[in-house]
Amino acid sequence: MMRVYEPWNATRGAEIIAEHAHLEGATLVILHALQDAFGHVPEPAIPMIASALNLSRAEVHGVFTFYHDFRREPAGRHVLKLCRAEACQAAGGDALAARAEARLGVVIGDTTADNRVTLEPIYCLGLCATAPSAMLDGRVVGRLDEARIDALVAEAQR
Amino acid sequence: MNLRIFVPRDAGAVAVGADEVALALEQAASKRGVSIDIIRTGSRGLYWLEPMIEVATPQGRVAFGPLTGADAAAVLDVIVADGPHPLRLGITEQIPWLKRQTRVTFARCGVVDPRSIEDYRARQGYKGLERALELGSDAILADVTASGLRGRGGAGFPTGIKWKTVAQTSADRKYIVCNADEGDSGTFADRMIMEGDPFVVIEGMTIAAVAVGAGKGYIYIRSEYPHAVDAMNAAILAARRAGYLGERIGGTSHSFDLEVRVGAGAYVCGEETSLLESLEGRRGIVRAKPPLPAHKGLFGKPTVINNVLSFAAIPFILEGGAKAYADFGMGRSRGTMPIQLAGNIRYGGLFEAPFGMTLGELVDDVGGGTLSGRPVRAVQVGGPLGAYFPRALFDTPFDYEAFAARDGLIGHGGIVVFDDSVDMSRQARFAMEFCAIESCGKCTPCRIGSTRGVETIDKIRAGDRVAENIAVVEDLCNTMKFGSLCALGGFTPYPVISALKHFREDFGPAPTRLEAAE
Repeated sequence: MMRVYEPWNATRGAEIIAEHAHLEGATLVILHALQDAFGHVPEPAIPMIASALNLSRAEVHGVFTFYHDFRREPAGRHVLKLCRAEACQAAGGDALAARAEARLGVVIGDTTADNRVTLEPIYCLGLCATAPSAMLDGRVVGRLDEARIDALVAEAQR
Repeated sequence: MNLRIFVPRDAGAVAVGADEVALALEQAASKRGVSIDIIRTGSRGLYWLEPMIEVATPQGRVAFGPLTGADAAAVLDVIVADGPHPLRLGITEQIPWLKRQTRVTFARCGVVDPRSIEDYRARQGYKGLERALELGSDAILADVTASGLRGRGGAGFPTGIKWKTVAQTSADRKYIVCNADEGDSGTFADRMIMEGDPFVVIEGMTIAAVAVGAGKGYIYIRSEYPHAVDAMNAAILAARRAGYLGERIGGTSHSFDLEVRVGAGAYVCGEETSLLESLEGRRGIVRAKPPLPAHKGLFGKPTVINNVLSFAAIPFILEGGAKAYADFGMGRSRGTMPIQLAGNIRYGGLFEAPFGMTLGELVDDVGGGTLSGRPVRAVQVGGPLGAYFPRALFDTPFDYEAFAARDGLIGHGGIVVFDDSVDMSRQARFAMEFCAIESCGKCTPCRIGSTRGVETIDKIRAGDRVAENIAVVEDLCNTMKFGSLCALGGFTPYPVISALKHFREDFGPAPTRLEAAE
């Protein structure tokens, strides 16, 4: 299922921040909530979080940039994450990752020119006994082979 | 009475089609006018048989697998007629792979409905907490110490000592933190237990809270585990509703509540001090120890921080099982370990057994060798920071000290199997590359050493002054091992050095030729 995100809106952003600001150590919770609503964490949200939590902008920016999950910009319409860790490597994941790159015409980490698919690495989905594995827009898929990866790529391109 | 059919909702089963199977079973049943109840459970951990369904019979549950949606109608007919089918596996508990296990921590996983606290209570659930509430702090600590339980996250620190330290530290607030940032490739036991038996984790944390006098707990789950996040959140709500979390637990003076926090894709946050920083809303930068988290942990308060499996082992121990638990195992490794067999393996899954089985038994006998059918060449034990072992070391017993004696570690109990097509210099390079990607940046040896490591291994792979560059890698590993604050920089040398030591032929020509040329 493709996620539909709201366009950035400062009032809505402020509401989301206010909803979680009372929590202990709220920064990550707020960043997750903003990304969940808008598909990324828009730049103007950073000083808003800082002011709500009585932190400096630099501190919030530092947290935002430390974690791989948080996006500066929206991803493509579909996000295909391929596990690149050892258990999936042992099960032939490297060749399948190369195949997905070739089919999509992008390298891992990039988004297709038509903005349909973002191809990302992920380091372990915990599906190591049914490797290689992947996640398409939050749906997990295991026991990948050439046919299955082709089907996943085709689904993402639709 | 309706037919009761159990279909896993475990992410590993869902990833290979369990949802489709559940849907197809429902459709087939309604078409035939058969009344069935589908109960979504965790996984039994026999992943090569997933999606594996079970049906309740007077003789016990009977399993079928691996199913696809297309098999569902035929299997339902066989279930109704009690007839034979190629996918019929017999009584689940009698499947040899399951039968030879010692399921203590995973006794309920795959059996119960993880959304039902009634189901949990009907199978010994909350007996440990009830006894703990009667015992009080000192006796709980004595039981945990007597069980010999050591931290299952990988470090193997005695849990009883950790808890006692927190109990003896006075403060206005104390915390219980569950480390569910299971980032090691080849490990999935935390995910399975959170999805399949979440109440056992909650109960273990609650007992810890009673033992040390903590009022609040956090479960820090990695974002790569959305199914586990949902399962834990649902279980916390159910436990709160039933009076097992919140004010005055079970009518006593103890109050304790829990909250799930979700990580954001940083491997280093599995390191306990980095996790605490992240929970506080900061960058996941490792803290220097001391102070220990037991003295100054979350928000500077005394904190018990343990792995999911450590907490999940506690209810059995407190139910009166401390001695029974300690009777399992070997040497200083007491109890059972949920071992995870993964990668290129024929029978992959969750195998809980007392410490002491050899690596060879686990890989060849239990795991059945590789899925590809090619010879096993190397296994990595303990995640991305664990050593690669060749077949020559397959007599190593699964035990903290035995692995350490052979320059390895059991870590969180994951075993990743590789066949003879593996290029070990490439695996060594990946270890350094992964460290470079995931380093928090605090320590220079880890932050810069990992990048220099990738570059130097690239030179070796290209045949550039192989012997000199191997010496550079060895020196670098030595610096990282002794110059890093945490296990990320400190243990990345394990896979690198073990690959060099045991699989030297993958790193270019042997150095003896250079000597001969002089």
